[in-house]
Amino acid sequence: MPPLARRNLFHDKVRLIVTVTGIVFAVVLIVVELGLFVGFTETTSSLVDHSGADLWVTSRHVPYVELGVPFSERKLYQVRAVPGVQEAQKIITRWSDWKRADGRQESVQIVGINPDSTLVRPWNLVQGTAGDLKKPDAIIMDEIYKEKLGASHVGELFEIRGHRARIVGFTHGIRSFTTSPYVFTTFKNAQDFATIPEDQTIFILVKVAPGANVEQVRRGILADVKDVEVFTSHEFSRMTQIYWMFTTGAGVAVLLAAVLGLVVGFVVVAQTIYATTVDHLKEFGTLKAMGAPNSYVYKVIIAQATMSAVIGYVLGMIVSAFVVRASQSGGAAILMPWPMAVGMFFLTLLMCIGAAMVSISKVTRLDPAMVFKG
Amino acid sequence: MHPAIAVRELTKTYAEGAAGVPALRGIDLDVHAGELVMLVGPSGSGKTTLLSIMGCILSPSSGSVRIAGTEVSTANQKQLAKVRLEHIGFVFQGFNLFPTLTAGENVELMLDLKGISGESAKARARQVLEQVGIGDKYETFPSDLSGGQKQRVAIARALAGDPNIVLADEPTAALDTRTGQNVMRMVSDLAHQEGRAVVIVTHDLRLLEFADRSVRIEDGLAAPGREEHHIPGGLLQAEPAASLPAV
Repeated sequence: MPPLARRNLFHDKVRLIVTVTGIVFAVVLIVVELGLFVGFTETTSSLVDHSGADLWVTSRHVPYVELGVPFSERKLYQVRAVPGVQEAQKIITRWSDWKRADGRQESVQIVGINPDSTLVRPWNLVQGTAGDLKKPDAIIMDEIYKEKLGASHVGELFEIRGHRARIVGFTHGIRSFTTSPYVFTTFKNAQDFATIPEDQTIFILVKVAPGANVEQVRRGILADVKDVEVFTSHEFSRMTQIYWMFTTGAGVAVLLAAVLGLVVGFVVVAQTIYATTVDHLKEFGTLKAMGAPNSYVYKVIIAQATMSAVIGYVLGMIVSAFVVRASQSGGAAILMPWPMAVGMFFLTLLMCIGAAMVSISKVTRLDPAMVFKG
Repeated sequence: MHPAIAVRELTKTYAEGAAGVPALRGIDLDVHAGELVMLVGPSGSGKTTLLSIMGCILSPSSGSVRIAGTEVSTANQKQLAKVRLEHIGFVFQGFNLFPTLTAGENVELMLDLKGISGESAKARARQVLEQVGIGDKYETFPSDLSGGQKQRVAIARALAGDPNIVLADEPTAALDTRTGQNVMRMVSDLAHQEGRAVVIVTHDLRLLEFADRSVRIEDGLAAPGREEHHIPGGLLQAEPAASLPAV
C-alpha cells in the first residue's frame, strides 16, 4: 500500500505539530489527573500498606486508620495467645500538635511503634535508622515536610504537645493524605505525644505464623478477645481509601477531574484528527471515485490516527515523566505505576481511533461526485 | 456485442425544493469500445451529471445504465464502487492527484486498490508512466510537475487499472492550448489505439476534431439533431504517445 497515511500525516508539518500537541496535552492531562488520584489513594492507606501485618485489631466501629479508638493494651496479650499468631504489636496513630521553633503550631500524626518489631517501621529512610528511635525523645519525620514543620537536620529539638522531641532521622516520600505529616516514635513516646493513657493502645497488629490460615486466626481473635474488630490489612487499607477518597468527597473531586481530563483530552484529540481528515477530504473523495471501498479509506484514516497516537503517547509520556518526577518533592504525589503507563497507551490509541471514527462518519457520507466539482 | 456503456431513458432529479431540480430528462446514449464520444453543451446542461452516472458515481432517478452489459442503475454503493474499480478510469479537470505521493505512488495507489502491490505494482506503474511519456518523473511529487505532466500522471493512474472505459471531465481546461492538444492526442489513443470507450465532457469545441462523435446536451436532454459524427482529425495527426513533446 502506498504510504498515503504516513505522507498525509507528515506532509503538513504545522498540522502535525498541532495534532501531536493536542494528543500530548491530552495524555499529560489524563496522566496528571489519574496520577493524582492514584497518588492520593495510595497515600491515604500507605501506613496500612507498609505495616507488614496480616491483621489489624481495632476497637469496634473504627472506619479508617486515622480514627482509631483507644482500648486496653491487655488485649495484646490475649491476641498473642490466639493459636496461629506469630507476632502481635501495639501501635498508636493519633493526631497531635507540633510546635515549631518560631512558635507556630502545626498538626502532626503520631505513629507510635516498637522499633524492634518488623511491624510498622518508618520506610524509605534517608537518614538514621528505626533503631535510633530507641534514643530518648526520638522521632523520625519525612524530609518533604521539613519546611512545614520548620525542621532542617538530625538532632534538632521540637515540642510535641508539651513534650520534648528530637529528630533522629528522615524518610523520603512518606506523605500524609491530610495536612498532618506522619511523625514516627516509640509506642511509649507516642502515648505522651498523643495523650493516650498508659495502659491503652489504638491498634494491635498481627503477623500470622507461617502455614497458619489468616481467616482462622481472625476468627480465633474475634472469639477470644472481646469488643474488638479484626480486619486484614487489605480490608483496612480499602476501608481507609474508600473513606478518604469517597466518603469525604476528596477523591470524587480528583476522580471527576480525571474524567474531565479524559473528556477534554478526547475532545482535543477528536478536533485535531477531524481537522486533519477534513483537510484531505477531496483526496478521500478521489479514492472513493477510483473505486476504493469505504474500508480502504477507513484504513488510511485509522493508520493516520494510530501513528498520531503513538507519537503523541511517546512525547506525552516523556513530559508526564518529568511532571511525575517533579511532583516527588512536593506534598501531592503524582504516581504513574506501570499498569497505568501501559493502560495509557491503549487509552491514547482508543482516543485517537475513536476521534478518527468521528471523522470517518463524514467520509462515509462523502459524495464521490465531489471530484467533479473543480 | 453489447456497448461498453448503454444509457436508456435516463433521468436525474436533484432534491431541492418541493419539486426538485431536473438535471437529466430522458437520455439515450451508447458508447462502444474504441469510440471517443464528447459531451458538449452549456454550463448546467447536465453533462457532468450524465458523466457521473455513467461513471457509477451518481445513481439515476430512473432509466437504465449498463456498464459492460451489467445493469448498474439499481446497484448499491458497494457494488458501484466495485464496477468503478473494475471497469472505469477517471481523468479529472483538476487532476486530483494525491499531493503527498510521488507520481509513481499515485499510480501505484490505483494498483493497490486492485490488489496489486510490491514490485509488480512498481513495474506496472513505471510502464504506464512511460506509456504517457513521463517515465522519468516516477519519484517526482505533483507540486514539482507542470500542468500537462500532472494530467499525464492522472491518465497513467486511470490506465493502470486497465479499464475498458475512460471518463474525462474537462481534461484540458487547466492546460494551455498546446499542452491540451498533446493530452487530447493521448486520450484519443486510449480509444483508437487501445480500444477503450472514452467519454469526455468539454466546453472547448476545438477538441471536437479528436472525437468520433459529439453529443450536445441541453436542458438535460440530448439536443435533437445535434449528435454529430466526426472523422477524428486529431487521430490522423496524432503521434505515438512515447514520442510526444514534453508538456
